[in-house]
Amino acid sequence: MTPRWKFLFAGGLVFILLAALIFVPILRRRMKRAAKLQQQSEEQARRELTQPITINPGDPRVKTKLFWASDTIDSTLVPVTVDLPLSNDPVLRSKQVLNTLLAGPVDAELRTLPPDALLLAFYLLPDGTAIADFSEALATSIPSGIVSEQLAVNSITRTLEANVPQVQRLKILIHGQEMETLAGHLDLTGTFVVNTNPAQAHAKPAPTTPSTDNAAAPATDKTTAPTPAPGALTPDKAPGKLAQPQAKP
Amino acid sequence: MALLVAVMASSSQTPTQTQQPAPGTTPPPPGAAAAPSQGGVAGSVVASPGASAQQGALNVVVLDPAHGGTDPGARGTGGIRESEIVLSFAMEVRRALEQQGFQVVQTRQGNENPSFDDRSATANAQRGAVFVTLHISSTGLPGTARVYVNSELPPVTDSSGMIPWDRAQAPFLGLSRTLGDFVQGFLAQRFKGSPETAQTASVRQLRTTAAPAIAVEISSVTVEDRAELDRMAPGIADSIARGASAFRPSYVVPGTPGALP
Repeated sequence: MTPRWKFLFAGGLVFILLAALIFVPILRRRMKRAAKLQQQSEEQARRELTQPITINPGDPRVKTKLFWASDTIDSTLVPVTVDLPLSNDPVLRSKQVLNTLLAGPVDAELRTLPPDALLLAFYLLPDGTAIADFSEALATSIPSGIVSEQLAVNSITRTLEANVPQVQRLKILIHGQEMETLAGHLDLTGTFVVNTNPAQAHAKPAPTTPSTDNAAAPATDKTTAPTPAPGALTPDKAPGKLAQPQAKP
Repeated sequence: MALLVAVMASSSQTPTQTQQPAPGTTPPPPGAAAAPSQGGVAGSVVASPGASAQQGALNVVVLDPAHGGTDPGARGTGGIRESEIVLSFAMEVRRALEQQGFQVVQTRQGNENPSFDDRSATANAQRGAVFVTLHISSTGLPGTARVYVNSELPPVTDSSGMIPWDRAQAPFLGLSRTLGDFVQGFLAQRFKGSPETAQTASVRQLRTTAAPAIAVEISSVTVEDRAELDRMAPGIADSIARGASAFRPSYVVPGTPGALP
């Protein structure tokens, strides 16, 4: 290499170094801005997707029964009647009542579902099977235990039963996935009975729903023999059926 | 073992994973396992046509201290871990049961976390056994205890007469309720504020267990001092042992003579 080439090479290196010194901070600033923008739009999209269904004031106001924890009897549910404008569309109506249930009662102590849990999606199949997809917080923020998980699921199924007669049974998904349990105890592989009185599917549900899940009224267990309890696995949907194809011998 | 159980759990027809009735016998009619389970009448659930129920001897209690290993279960603010407490409770329950003449099998001895299917497999391998899973809740009135029986399961309609693994509890629901009501009755005498009869819940652990099976959940990890829970252990142990003894005459193996177990 001649000294002239050496000089040119060194000059080129210095030039590249200078260019890098000038452009790298600019590039970094732009990347930061882009990342922020993307984060914002993701956050915005998520919010739009999971936005609670807006209550349409034009809808007829209905006495809506929401099941939250009782403040007098330990670990039981009581219906709270709220006047809400509800859609006649069963899917919209289900979203409206479940979002109201998730929002919680005035007394936060009586919540049955974690405050950060969201309803991500709700579908209703023609056979009356509803699929509710909740955010991960439902599984991760709920106090672990049979009694607390049972109370959460029952508050959902009984609220649907009281307000949306079209829903016969409910499958619960967590962030789009089928889970084995809610938080280590309650079985989510099957579907839960919602309508405990299918013969009157389109009639207004009776005000006194059988409460076999009610810890305070075990005596009713024996009087409501033929109808499965809300929250029981339904006979026509085998546990795990949605997740696993039927095994062949 | 885990692999074997996974294979067993994923197929629903291999003979190894069914308990009874034996191949070729009349399958229980749809609904037979589910219909009369509410009344707590012993053996009512197993009246399948043509199959005489066996008066079997109840010898074994399979104790399942829930959680363990990487899964601590419910955790209290005072550092209380469900997995540790249920293990020490199991020791106490074991002693009480052995005094009543039961042989006790535990699903875990130390800080391990067998899968739900592994734990059920431990119970399903025993003859003349009942299954008791022990839990501490995160909520509920401290100082109370609840017994749970599995919710009704889809009826078994397999033409081979075998019971799929994922519904192994179905033929035992009536017996489970009888056992649950006995244990809950003794618990209610000891721990005021507890329910009088067993509750129903879709407890994952119970579904794959082919034996009379109950979950006992004690409230709760929210107590300030672990000693408050430890003080409950003798009462819990005594209630489970007395409940299992009282259940002994009601224990009937659903199925036909010659069938497993």
